[in-house]
Amino acid sequence: MSNTGILKSSLAKKYVMALTGLFLCLFLAGHLAGNLQLILKTGEAGQQAFNEYAEFMTTFPLVKLLSYLTYASVLFHVIDGIVLSMQNRKARPVGYVKENGAANAKWSSRNMGILGTIILVFLVSHMQTFWYKMHFGAMPIHNGLKDLHTVVVEFFSPDNSIGLIAVVGYVLAQAALAFHLSHGFQSGFQSLGVRHAKYTPVIEKAGMAFALLVPALFAAIPVFLYITQL
Amino acid sequence: MDLTLKVWRQNGPNDKGRIETYPVSGVSPDMSFLEMMDMLNDQIIRDGGDPVAFDHDCREGICGMCSMFINGEAHGPNRGVTTCQLHMRSFKDGDTITIEPWRASAFPVLKDLAVDRSAFDRVIQAGGYISVNTSGETLDANAIPVPKAQADEAFNAATCIGCGACVATCKNASAMLFVSAKVSQFALLPQGQPERATRVQRMVDQMDKEGFGNCTNTGACAVECPKGIDLSNIARMNRDFLSASASEE
Repeated sequence: MSNTGILKSSLAKKYVMALTGLFLCLFLAGHLAGNLQLILKTGEAGQQAFNEYAEFMTTFPLVKLLSYLTYASVLFHVIDGIVLSMQNRKARPVGYVKENGAANAKWSSRNMGILGTIILVFLVSHMQTFWYKMHFGAMPIHNGLKDLHTVVVEFFSPDNSIGLIAVVGYVLAQAALAFHLSHGFQSGFQSLGVRHAKYTPVIEKAGMAFALLVPALFAAIPVFLYITQL
Repeated sequence: MDLTLKVWRQNGPNDKGRIETYPVSGVSPDMSFLEMMDMLNDQIIRDGGDPVAFDHDCREGICGMCSMFINGEAHGPNRGVTTCQLHMRSFKDGDTITIEPWRASAFPVLKDLAVDRSAFDRVIQAGGYISVNTSGETLDANAIPVPKAQADEAFNAATCIGCGACVATCKNASAMLFVSAKVSQFALLPQGQPERATRVQRMVDQMDKEGFGNCTNTGACAVECPKGIDLSNIARMNRDFLSASASEE
């Protein structure tokens, strides 16, 4: 029936945005649980626990499968976001002289593309610093395991020449993530048509809690590592 | 009241257009915005100029023709009203008011503040109807039981007057609120069920073809809608389109 086909329709692009975005929320929760190993245990035990976790994450087959899903989700979320933004720009070639966007919509909802771009820039730098080094770089060894713990701790350290910049950049990126999630979480459900008088307020509250808590905990880790090494 | 109006002037679809400034004095706070525009045009005509073209019809807030983007908002600063129901008491003496046409590639400017909204008509033609045999014995609509809550919701969706404020307001010039209201008013009623799947697909296809933008769920459309059409209609359309596309043979 459909003349242009579901894959080309504007709604399908939003389904992709929602599904990949919500999957990436799950990824964030998992990633955070792992990162918290960095500060939950200190000393030798913490180092061992985090390195075992890093070893598990890079070798366990199911996790590997999930990681490919995550890479694909990031890729589709970014490409889809760019395509949507370009179409949206085309839909209003001549803008308003005076536009009072703040009167009717939240700032975060109007700036998802900018927030997403900040997160993408962070992601590239983040993966280059840790992910690339862990997979392909020269890593120190501790008790027979790649010592990611030391790499992370030394990176967010006052002894590292860019340590402070890294901590500040990390915190700012998490702030962008918080704003992105504060709109994106509940927006994903709306795009998929999940809306109900009873459950939508719960989804909105859960989304807001997720958007505040997850980036705050992520940001706390490098701050904690930096301060404890002063 | 003395006001300074900054009005978008454009001679035709191909003209580049520009903002022109007009001082108006002696405006009564009891005037509607359109009456104030009439006053401005009267003044322009007396000065030998070309009056500002703008759409209007019923001036009772029910036809959806008036369509001005006033001080950065569709139909001006008030909620739940069209431009004709906006009164000058909502402004202060000495105010500068910027007046622009709806901005969307799907709504090309014809002249000044008047835009061509026939893209909406084509979306309706694509599926915004039910097919019934009207020759001979027609069924009494009241003979089909409809739950009260369902009927109310369908009626709420049907109050959309197609003014285009949702498109004008949306940062993406998306028509999702309009199309979803027109999809919902039938999707909620028994009479709309036989064509429910094809209707949503055809109307979304047409919406995309007209070059409207995509929905970012900012919710600005629902805030600015003079008829209070809400976002649950958009969710319903998202749901219906997904299930129609998935079950299509």
